Amino acid sequence: MNFAEYTKLAFNALRTNKVRSLLTMLGIIIGVSSVILLVSIGTGLQNYVTEQFASLGSNTIMVMAGDVDVSQGPRGAMMSASKFEISDASDLESGSDAIKQASPMVQGFGTFSYDGNTVSTEVWGLWENYFDLAKYEPEYGRIITQNDVERSRRVIVLGNKPSTDLFGEGVNPVGKKLTLNDIQFEIVGVIKSKGGGGAMGSADDFTAIPLTTAMRQFNQDRPFMIFVEANGPDDVAQAQQDAERILARRLKDDEFTVLESTQLLETITQFLNVITAALGGIAGISLLVGGIGIMNIMLVSVTERTREIGLRKAVGATPRDILMQFLIESVILSLFGGAIGIGLGALGALGINQFVTTSVTLWSVLLSFGFSAAIGIIFGVAPAIRAARLDPIEALRYE
Amino acid sequence: MTTLLRISNVSKEYKMDGVVFQALDNVSLSIKKGEFVAIMGPSGSGKSTLMHIIGCLDRPTSGKVYIEEHDIFTADDAELAEIRNTHIGFVFQQFNLLRKTSAISNVELPLVYAKVSPKERKERARAMLIEVGLSEKMGNFPSQLSGGQQQRVAIARALVTKPSIILADEPTGNLDSKSGRDIMTIFQNLHDKGSTIVLVTHDEDVAHHAKRVVRIADGKIISDGKPSKRT
Repeated sequence: MNFAEYTKLAFNALRTNKVRSLLTMLGIIIGVSSVILLVSIGTGLQNYVTEQFASLGSNTIMVMAGDVDVSQGPRGAMMSASKFEISDASDLESGSDAIKQASPMVQGFGTFSYDGNTVSTEVWGLWENYFDLAKYEPEYGRIITQNDVERSRRVIVLGNKPSTDLFGEGVNPVGKKLTLNDIQFEIVGVIKSKGGGGAMGSADDFTAIPLTTAMRQFNQDRPFMIFVEANGPDDVAQAQQDAERILARRLKDDEFTVLESTQLLETITQFLNVITAALGGIAGISLLVGGIGIMNIMLVSVTERTREIGLRKAVGATPRDILMQFLIESVILSLFGGAIGIGLGALGALGINQFVTTSVTLWSVLLSFGFSAAIGIIFGVAPAIRAARLDPIEALRYE
Repeated sequence: MTTLLRISNVSKEYKMDGVVFQALDNVSLSIKKGEFVAIMGPSGSGKSTLMHIIGCLDRPTSGKVYIEEHDIFTADDAELAEIRNTHIGFVFQQFNLLRKTSAISNVELPLVYAKVSPKERKERARAMLIEVGLSEKMGNFPSQLSGGQQQRVAIARALVTKPSIILADEPTGNLDSKSGRDIMTIFQNLHDKGSTIVLVTHDEDVAHHAKRVVRIADGKIISDGKPSKRT
């Protein structure tokens, strides 16, 4: 007997017991669709986080003061006293082909009031190139210019959040004045919102003034960190190495840490990978239960069809013929269940997509399809072997 | 004439609950091509065991069994299946048709395992059903057929592979007397055309159709000859 004959035979048998076949498949359908669904949620979460990081600039390298541990996050750097010089930024830019630009930053804190509204937020002292480096664009007005930095102008650019909190949404505050430590600053621009923010804190909650102005204002003579942008994603590793080499000429090993933003991303991605795997694993258990359901029904089916097996053997079916007949039956059950499950899971993921980002991945589809085929074989083998081993005489006598 | 089946010094023992039961005790028998043999005996006499051995469903504990050139004693399960497929045509008391399967598909079944192409299968099954007088019932399920018709489907199934021996186990046991006579007429006709038929029965009237009657009791052949005259 060839494969086509076995398949035809199996389909006929399954058609004869439509309701039972469907109920047996249900276990696999639920298992596979929940694997697809849960993995799509996990993957969607990962994609979301990755996108958020990409919006902050994936080519960005952060040079921090002191010996920073990645797991503590970038804010750990604020604890150490900085040994950086402004010239370090220029040295970085000129010292490596992999580095596009470097931007030193001074950080302070400010409380601003306008018309009864008060906000407290970070005040960043920046070079004009920071906005290009971190991909900030003005919504109203302009960003800080080289001229502002050179002349230590008292101008301030607002992030979207303090602007909204102080002046309301959709209001252009350019030209208005804010007071920082008794000194008046003129608002020259508002930065377009990046939304979200997540792990790094909101990307919209800050204000920015020229670096030179900030150093005077906060009485700091050293930048507390330097942002470095590599020429492209492929240059990040080289840029990181070069930055370490250039800074090591002047600074001790524990006086600075060069951190790739992807390193932080990796830590988070690893964590999300574990969550995705755990979700998939839990769903996998229901797939296993579905497989046991198939085995159960196939065992019942073998018992029920004992006489049929006996007759088939009497008219010339070999043990292998009988084995294949039952094995292919259970494989068809699990494969059909798997296919329906994938369809339902993808449909469910599409539905949930309106509330949580989901992403149906090829690997989860292939994995659960392969897994359900494997389940059909593994859990079909025992009943099929039992059928193949039946003694034809006993089987024909079976009532 | 050619000897189709040769059984020499065959014994078969069963172990049940540790007690050895001798179902066949040193039985020898040969059947020639074209013979119509009835095997008779009360239940427990060993006639079923003998039939299973003739039908290659079982191997003897000791002794030799040959169907044409095939040695049953040394054949493995797959080889036995092939021998049954090509050499034996079974007709059972219970008909043993596949339910929810049409008459023609039931007849085709042995040819499926003989690896005959679907087209040829259909043609040969059709021809056989016409021969047993069921040309109108080919697409019917067994549940839509009378007992006699079902048994005729079973006979068509047994004949479709052109087997060396037709082995019928109480073929009329589940039928009314009219249907039973019809079935025996079919066997009679098959015998007239040269088929070799082995009939297992405990019914003297049925055995009377045969040309040779082998009587068995307590695992031994007690007589082998022409059927006794009807009383």
